[in-house]
Amino acid sequence: MIEHFDPSLVDWSRAQFALTAMYHWIFVPLTLGLAFIIAIMETIYFKTGDSQWKKITKFWMTLFGINFAIGVATGIILEFEFGTNWSNYSWFVGDIFGAPLAVEGIMAFFMESTFIAVMFFGWNKVSKRFHLVSTWLVAIGSNLSALWILIANGWMQNPVGMKFNPETARNEMMNFWDILFSPTGVNKFLHTLSSSYTLAAVFVLGVSSWYLLKKVNVSFAKKSIVVAAVFGLTSSVYTVLTGDNSAREIVRNQPMKFAAIEGLYDGSAGAGLVAFGVMAESTNGKHKNMKDFNFKIEIPNMLSYMAYLDGNAFVPGVNDIINGFTDNDGIVHPSVNQKIEMGKKAITALRTFKTAKKAGDKTMAEQAQKDLEANFKYFGYGYFDDPYDIVPPISMSFYSFHMMVGLGMWFILLFIISLVYIYKDLITNKKWFLRAVLWSIPLAYVASECGWIVAEMGRQPWVIQDLMPTLTAVSNIDVVSVKITFFLFLTVFTGLLIAEIKILLKQIKNGPNHGGQ
Amino acid sequence: MFENLSHLALQQYWWIIDSLLGSILVFLLFVQGGQTLIYRIGKSDMERTMIINALGRKWEFTFTTLVTFGGAMFASFPLFYSTSFGGAYWVWMAILFCFIIQAVSYEFRSKPSNVWGAKTFETFLFINGLLGTILLGIAVGTFFNGAEFLVNDMNQSHWATAFGGLEAVLNIHNVALGLTVFFLARLLASLYFMNNIEDENIYSRSRKQLLYSGIPFLVVFLFFVIRLMLMKGFAVDPATGVVSLESYKYLHNLLAMPIVALLFLGGVIGVLFGLIKSYLSAKYTKGIWFAGGGTIMVVFSLFLIAGFNHTAFYPSIADLQSSLTIQNASSSHYTLTAMSYVSLIVPFVIAYIVYVWRAINNKKIDLEEMNTEEHLY
Repeated sequence: MIEHFDPSLVDWSRAQFALTAMYHWIFVPLTLGLAFIIAIMETIYFKTGDSQWKKITKFWMTLFGINFAIGVATGIILEFEFGTNWSNYSWFVGDIFGAPLAVEGIMAFFMESTFIAVMFFGWNKVSKRFHLVSTWLVAIGSNLSALWILIANGWMQNPVGMKFNPETARNEMMNFWDILFSPTGVNKFLHTLSSSYTLAAVFVLGVSSWYLLKKVNVSFAKKSIVVAAVFGLTSSVYTVLTGDNSAREIVRNQPMKFAAIEGLYDGSAGAGLVAFGVMAESTNGKHKNMKDFNFKIEIPNMLSYMAYLDGNAFVPGVNDIINGFTDNDGIVHPSVNQKIEMGKKAITALRTFKTAKKAGDKTMAEQAQKDLEANFKYFGYGYFDDPYDIVPPISMSFYSFHMMVGLGMWFILLFIISLVYIYKDLITNKKWFLRAVLWSIPLAYVASECGWIVAEMGRQPWVIQDLMPTLTAVSNIDVVSVKITFFLFLTVFTGLLIAEIKILLKQIKNGPNHGGQ
Repeated sequence: MFENLSHLALQQYWWIIDSLLGSILVFLLFVQGGQTLIYRIGKSDMERTMIINALGRKWEFTFTTLVTFGGAMFASFPLFYSTSFGGAYWVWMAILFCFIIQAVSYEFRSKPSNVWGAKTFETFLFINGLLGTILLGIAVGTFFNGAEFLVNDMNQSHWATAFGGLEAVLNIHNVALGLTVFFLARLLASLYFMNNIEDENIYSRSRKQLLYSGIPFLVVFLFFVIRLMLMKGFAVDPATGVVSLESYKYLHNLLAMPIVALLFLGGVIGVLFGLIKSYLSAKYTKGIWFAGGGTIMVVFSLFLIAGFNHTAFYPSIADLQSSLTIQNASSSHYTLTAMSYVSLIVPFVIAYIVYVWRAINNKKIDLEEMNTEEHLY
């Protein structure tokens, strides 16, 4: 195993992955949601034959195409980065993690890329019905591609359906269905998708509001608002439900992440939910990641209810997890010091196994394998010495989570008010509201990125929960190379983002009457 | 069904699938080849628009095949994925940058307010076409000439040089394969334009270009193949797994697998027929299918002689015993079985791709379409 870690290499590799993933995620949610919004609009055109709906569909399709291209550009690197920058990870779990990526390509990417050609160039070449089916298949294909990568990510948060093989020194898949239908993966998929639909709906709503503010393309904008608001309201309510499910699942499988997003240091029965809080700038002396609250407003018993649907249930805090605790299901969780001890035993047993195999000592190898299996559950802990090293950045997790939830509630309100004003035919007069909707577009992106910060920062220091710390997952490469590629990505992606935003703004300014051109 | 196959049979099945994906990818690189010919064949703005739109409707197939090839290699041979990508860092990063800049260029090139100007995006397309093809060829060349890596007993790898794989460009045989792929891509692109665009000038210039791409292609291809047949290869002892150098290994592989030899020869004939017939006949447009099919057959057979018949498909020249074979680099029996079931949908995927391709291509790109189409690249 890796004996010496270069913290600088780990930090730069993480920075690069965070940079590329967050850039990619600027474009993906709009693609996922706008694809369905377009499909709904084209369906209305197909059913009614009203050419206004064709014009509406084509306009949003143009914006979709611009966004899709840059999503593809920023996406390719993510697939290969698992190999280029996280090669030890790629081997340790490649037997499981590679499969979803391959299925993603075979099942989803081809569907997307094939039918997108019909979507853009088939208006005069194929029948109306075939075109509509193609548009729906693009939407389904892009969402299917999200399924597989999110299943893979869910598995990293809650590894199931596998067994460690000491011969190959990797985890091997034992049950495909356990991985595919893991509640963590399924919740993650549904929550990510519904929140992406929400973002796309806010985007359509915001752009349409701009037209109403400018008093141009009024009928077009109103029609778009109806579709976006209904789609957005349905999606955002579903986002709340799936988020709620995720919370109950996280408290069981990643209790440290749950404690971090709530800033809960000392757990209790009947724990309160921090509705609003401000953390101190300096740490509380225990660990660099731990900061106390300067101020907070709590809703009593709410956190216990959120976690266990029981207002009096015990929710563990950071210190409980460090010192060991018994959860509401009666399961005893050892202290982190005990886990570290078991992890070190597992790592030693793996080394012994390899040595024994080389020497041809069968008895020793068998004993080492038994020791490894008995302690493997906490394998990753063996790389730590200080129990507080398993505490994620708490203030970042806390603020990201609360911003995400707060903004999610704001979007629900926006969709409801939009529908009311549209129904009462008042929306064109409500300038304050139209401005609020317009300025909510960037907020939707902030909320979406916050979701990923919660998911990925909240689970640190793990890349595979309890089994592989992030610091052991990196490729054995030169840190200078990673620094160079980091800045290359920063430059190229920023350059492309600037171009994308300018093109989008120009297209929006031109409006639907130019066929989106 | 698949669960009853031996691990070795599954490993071979997946090497075949990956090889097929790799060979289809090389055929689809005609898009990249075409990107280097935009100004050579298109002399007016409208001609260039027609060329770019002909390529722009296909670029995503190439891109998706590349991504799927990467995913399939990860799933089936994860040790190759972790070793090569994690070690030959700069080669793969260079390839990826070439494809990143391609992905936006079609969509952004002709859009107003694209900040960097149409020329920038055309330059991106050219870089992708030139470096993307050559570097991919060089990377595949290391399947025969080896790479500088070490793998320890925990299957963790590191690179033995400080150049992150770029040292592969110093090997003339790797470079020959890179140039072969480049000229082949340009040759296929000319045949594609002849088939896909209804314009006399573009047709005649593409036909002329066949010679300029075809001759250098034949020179570097012959150099690569002759050297491959004469060089030492990386043989694996099936009993012990020990890797050693064997004279004329790849020639032996070809002779030991006559079907592969037939595939290779058939493919070469297909490419030559497509090339020569298209050059000699005044109105012939079907050359792309013969040359394209031939390309797939040749590349497929090259992948097979790299990995089959007890050969290390990713040899290490830093430490022979670190070399990767389809047996020591593969996924577990269970994963390969699960993935094999997924592979059963591939024929359906190919079927709908063919169906859509035909639906979109039922009419060639012409002036009229370029003047009336709202979504232009």
